[in-house]
Amino acid sequence: MPASAPRKRRGFLAPALWIPAGLGLGLLLLPLLALVLKAPWAQLPALLAQPSIASSLGLSLLTGVESTLISLVLGIPLALVLARSAEWPAVPRRLLRALVTVPLVLPPVVGGVSLLLLLGRRGLLGQFLPFQIPFSTAAVVIAQTFVAMPFLVLAVEGAIRASDRRFEIAAATLGASRFTIFRRVTLPLVAPGVAAGALLCFCRALGEFGATITFAGSFPGVTQTLPISTYLQLQGTQPESAYALSLVLMVVSVAVLVSLRDRWVPGATP
Amino acid sequence: MSLTATLEVTRDSFDLDLSLAVSPGRTLALLGPNGAGKSTALGALAGVIDSTGSIALNERRLDGLPVEQRRVGYVFQDYLLFPHLTVLENVAFGPRSVGVAKAAARAMAGQWLERLGVSDLAGRRPAELSGGQAQRVALGRALAASPELLLLDEPLAALDVEVRAEVRDELATHLKAWGGLTIVVTHSFDDVAALADDVVVIEAGRATQRGTVRDLVRAPATNYISRLVANWSED
Repeated sequence: MPASAPRKRRGFLAPALWIPAGLGLGLLLLPLLALVLKAPWAQLPALLAQPSIASSLGLSLLTGVESTLISLVLGIPLALVLARSAEWPAVPRRLLRALVTVPLVLPPVVGGVSLLLLLGRRGLLGQFLPFQIPFSTAAVVIAQTFVAMPFLVLAVEGAIRASDRRFEIAAATLGASRFTIFRRVTLPLVAPGVAAGALLCFCRALGEFGATITFAGSFPGVTQTLPISTYLQLQGTQPESAYALSLVLMVVSVAVLVSLRDRWVPGATP
Repeated sequence: MSLTATLEVTRDSFDLDLSLAVSPGRTLALLGPNGAGKSTALGALAGVIDSTGSIALNERRLDGLPVEQRRVGYVFQDYLLFPHLTVLENVAFGPRSVGVAKAAARAMAGQWLERLGVSDLAGRRPAELSGGQAQRVALGRALAASPELLLLDEPLAALDVEVRAEVRDELATHLKAWGGLTIVVTHSFDDVAALADDVVVIEAGRATQRGTVRDLVRAPATNYISRLVANWSED
């Protein structure tokens, strides 16, 4: 057999397992296929141009970008602390990791309730604030950041762990302060990881529903983001608008996935 | 300009216990087999490995100072040029880090590249350099930070055998021109003969012989040294 090189077996796959595997794949794929096939393609521009829809599109874009920016400013240092905590004793190290990971597994509605209890008018911190946060655009941004930031933190932490720490040592021997090392060596070296994390974070923020509707409500133009608007349209008289919005959200998600390609993606998905 | 140090480091595989002295204008070689503690000694001098003992560099106590305040230049075995910066930016990194303005730092870096004969590489990325070129850039980067002590860790080990002799001669020339305190770690007697004035042989964390290159050739103190010297021919 000259042409085909012998392939090494990677393990075994029982033929019977193809059936549940195929069903599982179908469950994941067919709903999206239905959305693409049933979407009102011809009316799409008109549907998306409706004032209420356009305003939720704009609001989602704005709050998504703001949440991502806040996540970058707070999340990159947090990722660095997490990456460096490898040298800490086990208890604080595991606690820190658990705290960062909690929003990934927490039901978003619980996140929303918790935010209300912290920042609500009679909340732990909220009672001392001279202004009201819940049911404002700021509340949308806070809820989205709460849910989405861990994605950025874990992506950046992975990139930092994978990068060669000796470059930082080389920078130190050249007289660079800790902050200079962070700014001019560590951060540029993990830039691809930061970009991947920011995209994931934005994607998750864009899709946020539970924490947002709980903590921020659904006021048109103020807190009614794309997913909330989609849900309300589906309940109302014009389900076609919901289909159109869903299509937009799906296209954005697929675009993010394609742009990340093989890059490492944290275990949990939105 | 001189260095006196006693270095004590406890590692899993061995204990390093070493005293070193480098006189003004001389280059010291730390010679020894792999795993003898040579690189550990360099790390301790630079402050990247914790050690007890004392280090005095030109009346300055270095022990206890963080890496970035020691002014000890370090040329790593695999150079560790910053991959996201150009050659010029790599060399300007040291001056920039201590507050020199961007334009002035770049001008200083340009002068170093010229002195080392690699001005034409200024705009390249480290990935586009040959081993010999990368070594010169790494030397320039270390020297541009105006160190009071220069450490070279196996400076020729990462190079192909064919170019090693040529790069070694160039390195000797550049080190002589620089004229500062230098310690070079190597396991090759060729490197010692070409680069160093004095030698400390380290075996299993301890100094087994000290002297000039000539002393070693004339009266090798251990089997390891006599084997090295026997395989080496002065041409």
